[in-house]
Amino acid sequence: MAKKLAEHTPGRKIFSSKIATVIVWVTTIIWTVPTLGLFVTSFKEDKKILGEAWWVSLLNPDFTLANYKNVFFGDGTESLSSGVLPYFINSIVITLPATIFPIVIATMAAYALAWIRFRGSDFLFFFIFALQIVPLQMSLVPLLLLFTGGAHIGSVQIFPALGIAGDFAGIWLPHTMFALPLAIYLLHNFIAGLPRELMEAAYVDGANHFTVFRRIVLPLSIPGIASIAIFQFLWVWNDLLVALTFASGTEEVAPINSKLASLVGQYGSGYTQLSAGAFITIAVPLIVFFSLQRYFVRGLLAGSVK
Amino acid sequence: MSDFLSANLPKFTSVLTVIAAFFFILALIFAIAGRANGKKARPIALVIFLAPALLLLLAGLVIPGVRTILFSFMNPDSNEFIGWGNYQWMLEDPNVKTIMFNTILWVLVVPLFTAALGLLLAVMLDRIKHESIPKSLLFMPMAISFVGASIIFKFVYEYNEPGDVQIGLLSAVVEFFGFTPSDWMLSKPLNTFLLMIIYVWTQMGFGMVILSAAIKGVPSDIVEASALDGAHGWRLFSNVTFPMVKGTFIVVLATGVVGALKVFDIVRTMTGGNFSTNVLANEMYSQTFVQFDQGKGSALAVILFLLVTPILIYNIRSLRRERAH
Repeated sequence: MAKKLAEHTPGRKIFSSKIATVIVWVTTIIWTVPTLGLFVTSFKEDKKILGEAWWVSLLNPDFTLANYKNVFFGDGTESLSSGVLPYFINSIVITLPATIFPIVIATMAAYALAWIRFRGSDFLFFFIFALQIVPLQMSLVPLLLLFTGGAHIGSVQIFPALGIAGDFAGIWLPHTMFALPLAIYLLHNFIAGLPRELMEAAYVDGANHFTVFRRIVLPLSIPGIASIAIFQFLWVWNDLLVALTFASGTEEVAPINSKLASLVGQYGSGYTQLSAGAFITIAVPLIVFFSLQRYFVRGLLAGSVK
Repeated sequence: MSDFLSANLPKFTSVLTVIAAFFFILALIFAIAGRANGKKARPIALVIFLAPALLLLLAGLVIPGVRTILFSFMNPDSNEFIGWGNYQWMLEDPNVKTIMFNTILWVLVVPLFTAALGLLLAVMLDRIKHESIPKSLLFMPMAISFVGASIIFKFVYEYNEPGDVQIGLLSAVVEFFGFTPSDWMLSKPLNTFLLMIIYVWTQMGFGMVILSAAIKGVPSDIVEASALDGAHGWRLFSNVTFPMVKGTFIVVLATGVVGALKVFDIVRTMTGGNFSTNVLANEMYSQTFVQFDQGKGSALAVILFLLVTPILIYNIRSLRRERAH
């Protein structure tokens, strides 16, 4: 309805819509061509990649799936002996807990801050919000030291070495910690907006906080949780800094994104490996994005406008 | 195949076990704590809901943050205080001068470009039919990692010797218009701007979507009334639409400044910080994990933190204002 009104309003015409259409579509084409180029390149034969531009290949198509087979399962070269499949699996193994843990913990904290009011809860909320902008870089070294050496005051060990550096747990934990400020902030906005009457009716009926959390807050927060979960999933999947710092870069734990970054540095690795490898890496985020776009955009919007 | 299974199956079973254990423990705690009643019920609930988050924030952000500040006054191995030495190094080292210059360049150019382009497209999208397809294609790069985006653009910026076939789009276009392409990643200072394009390419959609929502929120009657008063085109935009989305525009700018300050993946993947393209966040990583100098690395992290602090204060202020309404 609102949209229809807008279309009939001459005042909305800042530029005539023809110019707008041209600008939008030209920009869209410019924006899409680089990805298309990578996609086409990844299907080209190894020896043809350097000799023929991808837009020429489109005119005389002679494509192969060999690159994907080699990159997935390994092609015997030193840089990619066993393929990217183990790293792809590592990415899944890293991303699932690193999405689930912070969101569950953040939902609980957000509920407490919004509905179990106490002295200083406002201050605490702002403090957590403020932590959001502390750069990751401020935490990397001390956190790594905590994992490898434990915590000391003077020479007294007050916390044992966790021994999880270079282990999956050593990647889940930092991701969980770093995600909390934003997740708590966004979920607090969402949960604080739940209808007061509903919550109060439940308390009056004698429901405790745990019941209200499970029976009312969780089901009603699903849309908010879904948006933030998708956002966090993509963040972890696409992360490089945490992976480089806390995963040792080995086949056992390193995610595919950091493997891809290391392939770029090796001049021996060919363009076929890079293009197919890159497309395998970005395929999962793209599928998530196109199939769950609405939630994804909502999660982003929630972060900045209210 | 069986090799592969024996290497990777345990990963899946252990991750599923960990997730199941997490929910089982949570359910157990909820069940036990839920039995408490009377005066103790509220404080117990409070602790259970808040303590995990607070402990993780304390161990993961607060204490490490303080320790990094301390490390920045210490030697490479963080076992001896050396005063302001690491900061002095920053003021004197010529490499750091380049790094600071580049970082400032990123902060000046990238947010403005990202936000302005986002605004332009948001305004244009408001004027066309079938906006959803271009909108999602323009937004799509947001889902791609900076590493992936860098590789996409590595192919765009690919350069061959003159006479050979140019397989990089940029080189081919430049050649098409009769100029001689150069090895882009080695050409200073153009290379820094080419890296910035990768960032703008991925992040522009963010500003566009947010500003597009804001523009749709401008009440039609206001636009209509101004149109009746004779405001059209640029005047309508600058006097009516822009003032109403200014707040959102500043949010997009602020987000861009933080992003530009922290840019790391793109520089590391494309040039490794070589050829005068290095920036603060990449140098922080190199000092810490390549040179193994925790002192210098921490000092760089502290500078990064100090630079984003004004934006943090601004954001908290606007949140407070928003809450007051």
